[in-house]
Amino acid sequence: MPESRINLHVKALARAVNVFYGEKQALSGINLDIPENHVTALIGPSGCGKSTFLRCLNRMNDIIDGCRVEGSITIDGADIYSKEQDVVQLRARVGMVFQKPNPFPKSIYENVAYGPRIHGMAANKKQLDDIVIDSLTRAGLINEVNDRLDAPGTSLSGGQQQRLCIARAIAVRPEMILMDEPCSALDPIATARIEELIDELRDNFTIVIVTHSMQQAARVSQRTAFFHLGELVETGATEQIFTNPRDSRTQAYITGRIG
Amino acid sequence: MVSGHIVKSFDDDLNHLVSTISEMAGLAERQLADSISAMSRRDEQLAANVIEQDKRLDDLEADIDAQVVRMLALRQPQALDLRAVLVALKISSDLERVGDYAKNVAKRTLTLMQAPVIGQATSTIVRMGSIVGGMISNVVDAYLNADVVKAQEVRARDLDVDQLHSSLFRELLTYMMEDPRNITACTHLLFIAKNIERIGDHVTNIAENVHFLVAGENIAGDRPKNDLSSSTIITVGDKTA
Amino acid sequence: MADKARLRRRYRAERRFRWYGISATILGLLFLGAILVSTVVLGHSAFRQTYIKLDIFFDPKILTPDGKTDPDTLRQANYPAVVKFSLREMFPSVTKRNEQRQLFSLVSLGASDSLREQITANPALIGSRDSLWLLASDDVDQFIKGKIRPNAPENERQLNDLQMQWVHEIVARGLTNLRFNAAFFTNGDSREPEIAGILGAAKGSFYTLLVTLVLSFPIGIMAALYLQEFAPKNRITDMIEVNISNLAAVPSIVFGLLGLAVFLNFFGLPRSAPLVGGIVLALMTLPTIIIAARAAIMAVPPSIREAALAIGASPMQTALHHVVPLASPGMMTGAILGMARALGESAPLLMIGMVAFIADVPQGIMEPATVLPVQIYLWADSPEQAFVEKLAAGIMVLLTFLVMMNLLAVILRRRFEQKW
Repeated sequence: MPESRINLHVKALARAVNVFYGEKQALSGINLDIPENHVTALIGPSGCGKSTFLRCLNRMNDIIDGCRVEGSITIDGADIYSKEQDVVQLRARVGMVFQKPNPFPKSIYENVAYGPRIHGMAANKKQLDDIVIDSLTRAGLINEVNDRLDAPGTSLSGGQQQRLCIARAIAVRPEMILMDEPCSALDPIATARIEELIDELRDNFTIVIVTHSMQQAARVSQRTAFFHLGELVETGATEQIFTNPRDSRTQAYITGRIG
Repeated sequence: MVSGHIVKSFDDDLNHLVSTISEMAGLAERQLADSISAMSRRDEQLAANVIEQDKRLDDLEADIDAQVVRMLALRQPQALDLRAVLVALKISSDLERVGDYAKNVAKRTLTLMQAPVIGQATSTIVRMGSIVGGMISNVVDAYLNADVVKAQEVRARDLDVDQLHSSLFRELLTYMMEDPRNITACTHLLFIAKNIERIGDHVTNIAENVHFLVAGENIAGDRPKNDLSSSTIITVGDKTA
Repeated sequence: MADKARLRRRYRAERRFRWYGISATILGLLFLGAILVSTVVLGHSAFRQTYIKLDIFFDPKILTPDGKTDPDTLRQANYPAVVKFSLREMFPSVTKRNEQRQLFSLVSLGASDSLREQITANPALIGSRDSLWLLASDDVDQFIKGKIRPNAPENERQLNDLQMQWVHEIVARGLTNLRFNAAFFTNGDSREPEIAGILGAAKGSFYTLLVTLVLSFPIGIMAALYLQEFAPKNRITDMIEVNISNLAAVPSIVFGLLGLAVFLNFFGLPRSAPLVGGIVLALMTLPTIIIAARAAIMAVPPSIREAALAIGASPMQTALHHVVPLASPGMMTGAILGMARALGESAPLLMIGMVAFIADVPQGIMEPATVLPVQIYLWADSPEQAFVEKLAAGIMVLLTFLVMMNLLAVILRRRFEQKW
């Protein structure tokens, strides 16, 4: 069923992507289509390169010394590694949520307002307020923090902090959101809230999520890509990957035979 | 199976499930063979024994149900493992039906003892039984060895059973038309033949499940059918049909 | 059984280990306490100074011999003669010239200075008679404070028998008094211990540190920020890093030599000026500040940087909006500790002439000055017995400043430390 929806529109496209950390090759020959308004899950054992690939999509690898990316990654047809592409603008278009909730040690309001402010998205205080409230609402956090927007972001619980980070990411109106194991530090209830949120966000954003929990990949994603030892082994509809993977390595990984 | 799970007790669970299935299949096969030999040898004791033994198959099926529920809840099997668990559930229910049919054959055997022997019908039924018995044993091999080719063969073998069933059906109708006193015995024989034909269908189910287990998708193409008994018409005086 | 023995052995070893730690701590505290106590014991008396009450007649014949009372005349009038006249009145029996000189030396030169101040402030006092408390000489002061042993041989004493007899008489008449020594905090250095003060050195230290801070703090922070956040990691930056660490370990006297060679000889900057001292100390504290600031920057979790970068903050915005505010308590602490070290430094300043005797309190960074530790060194070098207590008092003032700066560092760290 999702296979047919894939053909709708490819948001991001990776072709023959190689990534090196110094001499060491972390990814080789990755070809992957990321469909728009879908959740694509990247799974695989630790060190398989899935986070590396995720960080290629908003060029967060640029800040790592000795990291080199070959091949082409395009978003809406434009090569994001071309000279014309400004990396700061790219990151405004491609938001990111990290493994450990990392709110700024500032107020909840400031956390969300920071992005719109540096990108000049609000002409006045009123507009900024609207963006903050809207982002918090879409992150499903507004009811919990409405009366304490001035409280420090770090005073929230882990799950709330992570949703604050999501609100912070969507406040700059990105097209894509990258999530790097967003629930690995959270309890099951907080995890369920995030997963529900991801499902809602799918309508407006293209989401790529790296997760160690295969159940989570199965629950939240429509497409799944399995990475192993720096290679993209198999990609397909989540349903197919989890019921009848084509590659024996995928099979072995999702049934708990290799890790 | 592919190489073992990282969590070894998961392998133990799966192995236990498979061995329960194979025990059940062995028992079902023996039940079928016993019921047919009871019929052909008019062995009342053996028939009673078959009826008695059916309980054991029911117990094994319940055991498999419990194992499957437990594994689904505790292991959250994926892909191949998920299919193994589901297929085990389905095979066990097929095997349980096989046992039920064998039991029915035994019951009818007890009744048949009070009626006259009917022509060559018994030997045809014995042939059907031996074919189906062979199918059961082959399908278990296919299951244990994840052998898709063998499963295909089993499925094709069902054609022979259907053919035998169709001709026996015609034969028995003829006997009944010749002499109405044969009707009781023939009817019972018809049902026995039908039971064995149904067992063949269940074994075919199992073969298809083995294919699904191994290949991850359902077997392509329709099931071969050669049972014409449902459309057979024999009128008085027509002996050529 | 063996288990129990091993357990006992382990407990014994544990107790022994704790005891080593406790004794080391106590020993350290004892040394520190010894230094503090001896300093206070030596120095506390410097905060009080002996005064002698004299009947002073502001004789117009001495002060204004030609009858003019303009400020110039008043300033240059012969005030010592007034004091001497008063002393002769007190001890009329002393007539021999050299005995009179010994008598006059009981009162400090500073006494006539205070008379001058009174008269220039109020010329109407000329011709009047008043009983005034005037500063005693350092020897009288030391004697009153009990620091001169009366039964020592006369030639080893600062006061001879005759002078001691006079002092005894003055004391018996109740004409001596120990008063709070405000002059110590308001005067510059002097050859006379009783009027020598710490203010000149304190202001010198202040101007020097001001220059040091203005130079080393911004340079150090910018360098640390660049090296830590922006510089590529390659051979050159590695070299720079190693050299900064090496620089922090260079003996301070070397910086003094550098200052002498470059700033005084090459650029011709004024000798003894806080400006040059400040530059030299800035060079010396720069590595310390850079290292401390880099440590503070490194302590900012990378997740904060990633968070900022990921929502499209530029590297500069990331550094200025997030990294610097979070690192600032650590940076400030490092800077203050660097300043504290600079405050206590004397060796490099000796090389650039800040060791000269300077009696005037400096009014700017270009005027000759000295600094607290050098002042202490100068006093330690002076022969007068009374400088010993000044020296200890100077150490107390220096320590007070150091403690205050360290306290400030602690408070800053507590106040601004962020939890994340």
